[in-house]
Amino acid sequence: MQSLSNRAKKLEAKPMTLAERAYLPAIFQGLSITMRHFFRAATKRQVTVRYPDEVRPFSPIFRGLHVLKRDEQGRERCTACGLCAVACPAEAITMVAGERKKGEEGLYREEKYAVSYEINMLRCIFCGLCEEACPKAAVYLQPDKMAPPRFERDEFIYGKDRLVEPVDPQARSIRGIQLTPEQAAALAQRMAQPA
Amino acid sequence: MIELPTLGWQSIVILVVFGVSLLIATYCTYAERVIAAFLQDRVGPDRAGPFGLLQPLADAVKLFTKEEFFPAGANKALFILGPCLAMITALMSSAVIPFGNVIQFGNNVFNLQGIEVNIGMLWVFGIVSLGVYGVMIGGWASNNKFSLLGAIRAGSQNISYELAMGMSLIAVLMISGTLSLREITLQQSAAGEWHFWNIVKQPLGFIIFLVCAFAETNRTPFDLPECETELVGGYHTEYSSMKMGLYLFAEYVNVFVASAVMSVLYFGGFNFPFQYELRDWFVNNQGWALTSAQNLISVLGLLGLFAKIFGFIFFFMWVRWTLPRFRYDQLMRLGWTILIPLAIFNILLTGGLILGGIIK
Repeated sequence: MQSLSNRAKKLEAKPMTLAERAYLPAIFQGLSITMRHFFRAATKRQVTVRYPDEVRPFSPIFRGLHVLKRDEQGRERCTACGLCAVACPAEAITMVAGERKKGEEGLYREEKYAVSYEINMLRCIFCGLCEEACPKAAVYLQPDKMAPPRFERDEFIYGKDRLVEPVDPQARSIRGIQLTPEQAAALAQRMAQPA
Repeated sequence: MIELPTLGWQSIVILVVFGVSLLIATYCTYAERVIAAFLQDRVGPDRAGPFGLLQPLADAVKLFTKEEFFPAGANKALFILGPCLAMITALMSSAVIPFGNVIQFGNNVFNLQGIEVNIGMLWVFGIVSLGVYGVMIGGWASNNKFSLLGAIRAGSQNISYELAMGMSLIAVLMISGTLSLREITLQQSAAGEWHFWNIVKQPLGFIIFLVCAFAETNRTPFDLPECETELVGGYHTEYSSMKMGLYLFAEYVNVFVASAVMSVLYFGGFNFPFQYELRDWFVNNQGWALTSAQNLISVLGLLGLFAKIFGFIFFFMWVRWTLPRFRYDQLMRLGWTILIPLAIFNILLTGGLILGGIIK
């Protein structure tokens, strides 16, 4: 049949030469290739990351587990406006708003605060829209923490106990990145100053 | 003169050989995994102990604690007999391998060899061909078509490759004129003159023997009896627990024995270059007694033989992780139409060279 494109190439199976039929040259070629890999691996240039011992570094813009931030005086920033819940495409965020009582000024930054704030990590798609929606810079996705696997479904619903960052500046982080001792000291100094 | 009873000494040697074979087989499982990993740019087992050296122990504990499974309709007695036979025959063949030259204490001369028989090579050959019974019985008793197919493949493959193997061996025997492995080893060296290892006289025979050794030990590229892409697991499809472990173990013992036989037949056994010069140097320049110098050479030769054996074991594993498996018809064609004619040609060639006085 006439080839339509005129680019068809007629191929003929060439008879194998004696060296090819004897297998041995090809075998030695293959052996030399695997031996090169053997020495590469033996001289510790392996690509394997030994996971529990080594952790592959996350990207600095990785969006991991959420955190509810505190301000410089250790007060919760969240005012339970609900914008994050509205922005959330997976409808993973629920919250109950409450009014700050007298004497709680050191705990909550605004007069309104979240009595409960829950994120369902099974629903969450870690898109970061809550982070963008937040007018109070309260919710962030940390670049170095992930929601770990668990056995029970209800354990994936993270309440305020697991979302709000600790009061202790030493345990605090900026956008999830653990503070260096200098940064922690500076933060502690700022927190010590009267509002 | 205190003379140790020969039987006692020999039984100690046999026990040691037995233990060493098992130890090497144990660590072959580890070496196989590490070598496989390195050849594939991976890490391999490194969790159990330093560098994962306790991995074989962990494997053994795992195998012993697994469920002992008997398939429905299996012949129970034969099902148990299969792996036992595979293991027994694998271990028996190492008895005649000369691991070292004599060691002399006073008037007591000890052979570093289990049994010295003048039919050593025939013994190894007979035992190795018995080894196929373990596979055949195991595959038959499993009452599983894949096991049976694997067993049939093992049987036909071993028979086919034993022919070429035996004929490549005949050429060696024509040169040596003896079946004793110790004699063959000793002929590959002598004081004062150049004696080459048999590999120089028998390069073609060695290649044939090597290929057949791969087929006899059921190693890749000839591991068709346990070809997992076609036969699930071949003859040990239905095996679990330590019975499975015994089959795997027997394979490594066979690899060890095949490596030892190749080292003895073609690579000078416990001889190493310049051993007599070294011995004479110790006697003349260091003032050692001849016997102690000879003992030192024997120990070095023992280590040298094991270095050769480990080299061959490494080669077995290197090839396993390099070459793909042969197709069954290719396997048979290679055995019957290439290796056997080549082996016959090798016999003729050797005979001609001996007649011509080129090799002796």
